[in-house]
Amino acid sequence: MTGSHPVLTMTGISKSFPGVRALDNVDFRLFPGEVHALMGENGAGKSTLIKVLTGVYGTDRGIVTLDGEQVSFAGPMQATAAGVSTVYQEVNLCTNLSVAENIFIGREPRRLGAVRWGEMRRRARALLARLDLDIDVNAQLGSYSLAVQQMVAIARAIDIQARVLVLDEPTSSLDAGEVAQLFRVMRQLRDDGIAILFVTHFLDQVYGIADRITVLRNGQLVGEYATSELPQLSLVEKMIGKELRVLERLDEQPRRDPADGAAGTPLLDVRELGRRSAVAPFSLTIHEGEVVGLAGLLGSGRTEVARLLFGADRADHGSVRVNGSPTSLRTPVAAIGHGIGFCSENRRAEGIVTELSVRENIILALQAARGWLRPLPRRRQDELVERYVRALSIRPADPEIPVGNLSGGNQQKVLLARWLITEPRLLILDEPTRGIDIGAKTEIQRLVAELSDGGMAVLFVSAELEEVLRLSHKIAVMRDREMVAQLTNDQDVDADRIMQSIAAGAGHEGVPS
Amino acid sequence: MTTLSLMATRTWSRLPRRHVPVLATLLLLLVLYGVGVSQYRAFSNIQVIFNVFIDNGFLLVVAVGMTFVILTGGIDLSVGSVVAMTAMVSAFLLREGLPAALVLVIALLIGPTLGFLMGCVIHFFDIQPFIVTLAGMFFARGMCTFISGSSIPISDGFWTRMSQQRIGNPSGNFVSISVIIAFAVVAVAAYTLAYTRLGRNVYAIGGNPQSGLLMGLPVGRTRIAVYTISGLCAAIGGILLSFYTLSGAPLIAVGMELDVIAAVVIGGTVLTGGSGYVFGTVLGVLVLGVIQTLITFDGSLNSWWTKIVIGGLLFAFILLQRLIGIRYK
Repeated sequence: MTGSHPVLTMTGISKSFPGVRALDNVDFRLFPGEVHALMGENGAGKSTLIKVLTGVYGTDRGIVTLDGEQVSFAGPMQATAAGVSTVYQEVNLCTNLSVAENIFIGREPRRLGAVRWGEMRRRARALLARLDLDIDVNAQLGSYSLAVQQMVAIARAIDIQARVLVLDEPTSSLDAGEVAQLFRVMRQLRDDGIAILFVTHFLDQVYGIADRITVLRNGQLVGEYATSELPQLSLVEKMIGKELRVLERLDEQPRRDPADGAAGTPLLDVRELGRRSAVAPFSLTIHEGEVVGLAGLLGSGRTEVARLLFGADRADHGSVRVNGSPTSLRTPVAAIGHGIGFCSENRRAEGIVTELSVRENIILALQAARGWLRPLPRRRQDELVERYVRALSIRPADPEIPVGNLSGGNQQKVLLARWLITEPRLLILDEPTRGIDIGAKTEIQRLVAELSDGGMAVLFVSAELEEVLRLSHKIAVMRDREMVAQLTNDQDVDADRIMQSIAAGAGHEGVPS
Repeated sequence: MTTLSLMATRTWSRLPRRHVPVLATLLLLLVLYGVGVSQYRAFSNIQVIFNVFIDNGFLLVVAVGMTFVILTGGIDLSVGSVVAMTAMVSAFLLREGLPAALVLVIALLIGPTLGFLMGCVIHFFDIQPFIVTLAGMFFARGMCTFISGSSIPISDGFWTRMSQQRIGNPSGNFVSISVIIAFAVVAVAAYTLAYTRLGRNVYAIGGNPQSGLLMGLPVGRTRIAVYTISGLCAAIGGILLSFYTLSGAPLIAVGMELDVIAAVVIGGTVLTGGSGYVFGTVLGVLVLGVIQTLITFDGSLNSWWTKIVIGGLLFAFILLQRLIGIRYK
């Protein structure tokens, strides 16, 4: 790459947790002026490696050097002081403070102990200009989008004279335009000689920006490659360690032909359903066995539609028919009563109860449906849970460990299992594959296909167009909180076509009258 | 282009919403004052406002300390008892014949020490501030009765001077020394919150303690500091109260912590932390004081009406905070 000396090396790193060998003799190096992607499935050891690097964890064995000198950080603060800054997936800033303050708090410019606000604002402006970000440094951080907040976090990180910048899944909540802006910033920093360690689940992004790739699998180093010399398919193979037959099978064709066509009474038929300041009135029908994809950019109203259909938010407009009979979905309890299940986008905050065990999490919805006065017999619980742990290959396959100990993908599967055992007629999946690794992603996609073959209707909300195209019979496109198009997924429809709908907002087709 | 689209994603209006509660309080205060002036001729005398400060100077000081605590998202229930204990200890030590200066130093040390200890318990054992300061409240109140079951009068020269000294203009309007001290405390507190690292950390921790930790802020030290500051303010409040009443009584200032919390919240500080100003707290105390004065002027209303009105106002302000969406957590 740059041919110079690596700014950072990690040699023979091993780290064990009780029962788990998280890292096993892993080597890693980082050169100045490169973007280096760290790839691997969930549980491959990426997070552990980063935490070892930034001093959150100590190592069992191995050496870390920075600029040729051996270092061992006692915590993120020490690492930051030494020039190794980390920006996490969740923005760890204070939304109640101003942009300038978020960049400088803890090291504000001062005179005689008094914070020099003018100087701080001036420096914040200069720093943000370097990132090509034109925002009001006096405004509260919370008034900006997550993407901007992420940039501010980066501005904070690089101000500490960072030489190594660790970006841990910074893009998982950004939309395409925001990712592009982030990449521009990353390139700029790279050209300034900063070494960037980039962790992401999005393969396209890796090929869009990374110079080199290090792949981990099961806590072991698979190898380090130049991005240009590693085709995408081989990368995926190296990550999951097996051939891609499963993936390819799914990739064959867009799925067509819902189980019994679009004929007959729709399972769910909503007319002009809407909620003021959340989503404009829309009409949508979903038939038994049909997968309806809901596409659109982040913040386009996808989640709002899903929440309306589940009764999590109350519609103030429109009518709903389930199996032909008029009803209303005013609360989640009503929706569950009609056989509707909802896997939330925000699995940590709204779905998974991390302290409870896998078993308890899985039976939660079924138990709620039965009412708390009729507890599910333990034997029946164990049967059900065991069946779904096996069917969804939830790992580790121990139903009694707390869900918080599972990786993101496996937590998602637990959430799916929770709804599957209630045998819903319509399952709403809001971003079920976000932030999980490619293997688990494929499994979830396959599962969705199988469920719809079995007659379940699925509303599949996703930011990834390929995924929507692959799974859906019908695709509804959201833009600016409005359903702008409904497309039947046939040969004419491809990612470009959907992108056009998103971009133009035109092309109302196949909208049921 | 991308910059433009990012600008467009700003979801809030430019009007800083965090200022809305303070402005609402200011408006309320003006309305109350207007009602007073229009109803009672004597109300327009500036001395009425001065008297509000004279009667509530100690409350203001304690409320300033409470503002620090609430800004971090905490609560301090011990302040009323600490005020009483400080006054009690002063009265007791003065009766025992200790010199006034020494008594002042001792009395001013007790509050912050207790605050520091409570802060340590809250931080190191990760216990709810509510319960820790509740324990502190019982302890301090118990100490009052332990010192003496009945009221102890103060006849010390320094104390009586501080009590009777009037600072005024030729037209006869005046304030007490307590008011000057209270305003000094307000000024120092406002400066601390706006211009020192400690102050900014208070806001950061109230906004998001987890982020504060990851940004390398001294979360523990700051949290302990705010309870110490609250204790110090309660101690100063206790001294001011003993100037005002020239005695220490075991059952004085019972329930005062709740008045103080009400004043801070009406002053626009958000109970979940991260947003609020000392200036708002001054307004909050003024609102309480003006309501009291109005009810006194009326003469026919029971003084419990003060509580009823404050209850209603508190309710309205919490709803206001909710409606304008100041929720950082």
